[in-house]
Amino acid sequence: MNTAQTAVNQLDKPAIARELENRFADVTLIYQPTIDALPTFWVGRDRFRDVLKYLKTESVQPYPMLYDLCGMDERVRTHREGLPNSDFTVIYHLLSIVRNEDIRIKVALTENDNTVPTVSDIFPNANWYEREAWDMFGITFDGHPNLRRILTPPWWEGHPLRKDHPARATEMEPFTLTEEKQEQYQEALRFKPEEWGMSRKKGDTEYMFLNIGPNHPSSHGAFRIVLQLDGEVVVDAVPEIGFHHRGAEKMGERQSWHSFIPYTDRIDYAAGVMNNLPYVMAVEKLAGIEVPDRVKVIRIMLVELFRVISHMVFWGTFSADVGHMSSIFYMFNDRERIFRIFEAITGGRMHPSWFRIGGVAQDLPNGWDKMVRDFVEWMPGRVDHFDKISMQNTVLQKRTVGIGIYTQEEALDWGVTGPGLRATGIDYDFRRDRAYGGYDQFDFDIPVGSNGDCYDRAAVRVEEVRQSVRIVKQCLDNMPEGPYKADHPLTTPPPKERTMRDIETLIHHFVNVSWGPVIPAGEASVTVEATKGNNSYYLTSDGSTTSYRTRIRTPTFAHLQMLPLISRGLMVQDVVAILCATDIVMADVDR
Amino acid sequence: MEIILALLKVFGVLIGAVLAAAVLTWYERRMLGLWQDRLGPNRVWFFGIGIVVADMLKMFFKDDWIPPFADKPIFVMAPAIMLGSIWMAFAVVPFAPGIHVIDLNVGLLFFMGMSSMAVYGVLLGGLSSNSKFALIGGLRSAAQMVSYEVFMGLSLMGVVMITGSFSLVKIVEAQGDLWFVVTQFLGFIVFMIAGIAESHRLPFDLPEAEQELVQGFHTEYSGMSFGMYMVGEYMGVVLVSVFITTIFFGGWLGPDFLAWTGIAWLSTVTDFFWFAVKAAFFISFFVLLRAAMPRPRYDQLMSLGWKIMLPLTLLNLVVTGYVLLMQT
Repeated sequence: MNTAQTAVNQLDKPAIARELENRFADVTLIYQPTIDALPTFWVGRDRFRDVLKYLKTESVQPYPMLYDLCGMDERVRTHREGLPNSDFTVIYHLLSIVRNEDIRIKVALTENDNTVPTVSDIFPNANWYEREAWDMFGITFDGHPNLRRILTPPWWEGHPLRKDHPARATEMEPFTLTEEKQEQYQEALRFKPEEWGMSRKKGDTEYMFLNIGPNHPSSHGAFRIVLQLDGEVVVDAVPEIGFHHRGAEKMGERQSWHSFIPYTDRIDYAAGVMNNLPYVMAVEKLAGIEVPDRVKVIRIMLVELFRVISHMVFWGTFSADVGHMSSIFYMFNDRERIFRIFEAITGGRMHPSWFRIGGVAQDLPNGWDKMVRDFVEWMPGRVDHFDKISMQNTVLQKRTVGIGIYTQEEALDWGVTGPGLRATGIDYDFRRDRAYGGYDQFDFDIPVGSNGDCYDRAAVRVEEVRQSVRIVKQCLDNMPEGPYKADHPLTTPPPKERTMRDIETLIHHFVNVSWGPVIPAGEASVTVEATKGNNSYYLTSDGSTTSYRTRIRTPTFAHLQMLPLISRGLMVQDVVAILCATDIVMADVDR
Repeated sequence: MEIILALLKVFGVLIGAVLAAAVLTWYERRMLGLWQDRLGPNRVWFFGIGIVVADMLKMFFKDDWIPPFADKPIFVMAPAIMLGSIWMAFAVVPFAPGIHVIDLNVGLLFFMGMSSMAVYGVLLGGLSSNSKFALIGGLRSAAQMVSYEVFMGLSLMGVVMITGSFSLVKIVEAQGDLWFVVTQFLGFIVFMIAGIAESHRLPFDLPEAEQELVQGFHTEYSGMSFGMYMVGEYMGVVLVSVFITTIFFGGWLGPDFLAWTGIAWLSTVTDFFWFAVKAAFFISFFVLLRAAMPRPRYDQLMSLGWKIMLPLTLLNLVVTGYVLLMQT
């Protein structure tokens, strides 16, 4: 066990531990100290449902949201000191807003008996998460309403995230697409209403099943939603994802800690370095790296600029999808201004992959401040202008106000985070309430909506653009001097100043560059307030040059799951409005 | 001689309408570019106008694919119905004194009839495609166009009451003192909005709303049959603009600024000039509208039609009738 983990061990157990131990005296609760200090407990398969139910409903300060549910193949993990035996682990991550705290419940399963009761009756959003865990690990969830593959196609063989599943195409047979295979794959895409418990007709009316997607102008990528229509009124809907699945989590187990960074850029491809941030922060937590102030401010500046970029894309497509075709061109013009700043600073545009473990790739170039200053002075006026032409347009308001409403309870039930959660009136933002990476030093407001409809979801984002520009301005005015990389042996690439002078540094440099750093064993997850909601990287290191398990929790996955709930009874056009107000990026859903 | 002149007029109007529609495809893209902070097509020939020719060539040589699941005869016929009926409507338009194919004494009714025929083109195209998106597009257009047709016709009745004729030449001549846009302002507004709906342009482009229905009723069309819909639609824009000009803005009427030359036929040129300028203004307005407006929802469009536009039209009729009666 490494030093960081022992350090946590010596701390007292968190308050929730005592509460659980009092309530469940008859249940064996094994407390696992983790590097991120997130209360983690192992509970037996027979009683964990009671614990989850207690945490959600009975506790005085409940954890109403199932923030994440994922599996883990522990069969070849070596550093498991003090943990109960487990071949497959199911991990439930709950979030409490009242406590401003999370909790992780782990359930151990064996290879031959990897069945666990479903929690989809307690947390409705567990439905998709459990399907994902089944798809990726082959863990069976007893009592699940519709346990079928979600990210891989139905004809897929094996469970990709199991350690014995090949990660590279070269480890498999060469792929050939025969006639029969093509037939089979196409047939698998045919929508069968019976599989989803839908009837084809009611009385004399025969429903129409309309495939929106996988390729459709407003599906924003490869996404399919099948609408059960009575006339133009939506009776029910089945969203179907996975067309954009690239196995990012599997790649995380294959790439070195350092070389995985570019993959993160492409998770939410509209938000660039925003994805780097939780990943590198999680690795830094595992490695015990403290980054210098200048790094923090550079990161926050770039991340907030990307928030503006992403929100501009959202705003443009949102207006375009309700039929206002001009705004998208205005938005993309101003987005281009930010890209010019990124070109100057990073050389890249949409996916700069600029953050490094322990710092950023390079220092800011000369003259960056002028570019950023020009931008922060230009942008607020533009936002007001766009606000007038788009958000204050009565037709747009008629299309979006009161459409796709969900209540605060529903939002928490379905794991909605970010602007979608704040649109319901819940004032909760990780940047302020869990100030990470130096956000506590900044002055900004959290916009909150009230109705939880499509319009509010957009309006919250519009205000966030203004606030982000404010934060960027503070970064500009208060950029600290200092190094752009932490002085730590695990910083990657390591500092090079002394490599040519002493052999120890040279060896470190050589090893860290050729193999990549060896990150100490442990578990850590870091959540950031990304552009679309909360994005987490839950990394498990087994003390090697690659991650043992990389869990990427993305916001849009949760948001898409509740589409049927908020679309029922509306019209086809409203579904389009709901889709665009959700701000979907399919790469973010499918990973 | 007379036959040649008549043929000249017929072909002039036929070709002129198509040319106007073709140039409009370029004009619209350039104007949208201007209003949307971008360039638009600017490479081929002067100001990029050669894009029109390039587009036409492309359209002609593209494979005209007929889906195997479509109802073939109707599928092929539908775009021709739409294009043909809009084309026919140009026959009654007086471009300048004496420059018209025919001066029917029921000119307005002929126009209404032809624009109703165009609905069949859209509707049949949507139904015969046998595709769900096209079907919804076809249904929407049927409902939308049929209901907007109602008060499109009624909105013109005020003008007919004042003029006492359905002849478009008479209507233009009746505007010598005052354009009908002043006396029939409500009628103008209603006709304008109905005209946008009839030519299904944004914001009323629900039959082909691309964000929802891909391309609506012509989703399955390709090659030249798609081209016919396209040209038909742009001709529809020209047609509505031309009719607004004729009925409410005095058609060819305008100051004869070439009178000092003393050449008689030049006055026809100035008349046509004024006509074209007015029509171009409304065409540009249509384009600007496309750049500026989001699309309402289908049921909102319908309730706007039946709950607001129709009562307005009826009110206009009653007031016009009352005033006319008082005057006599």
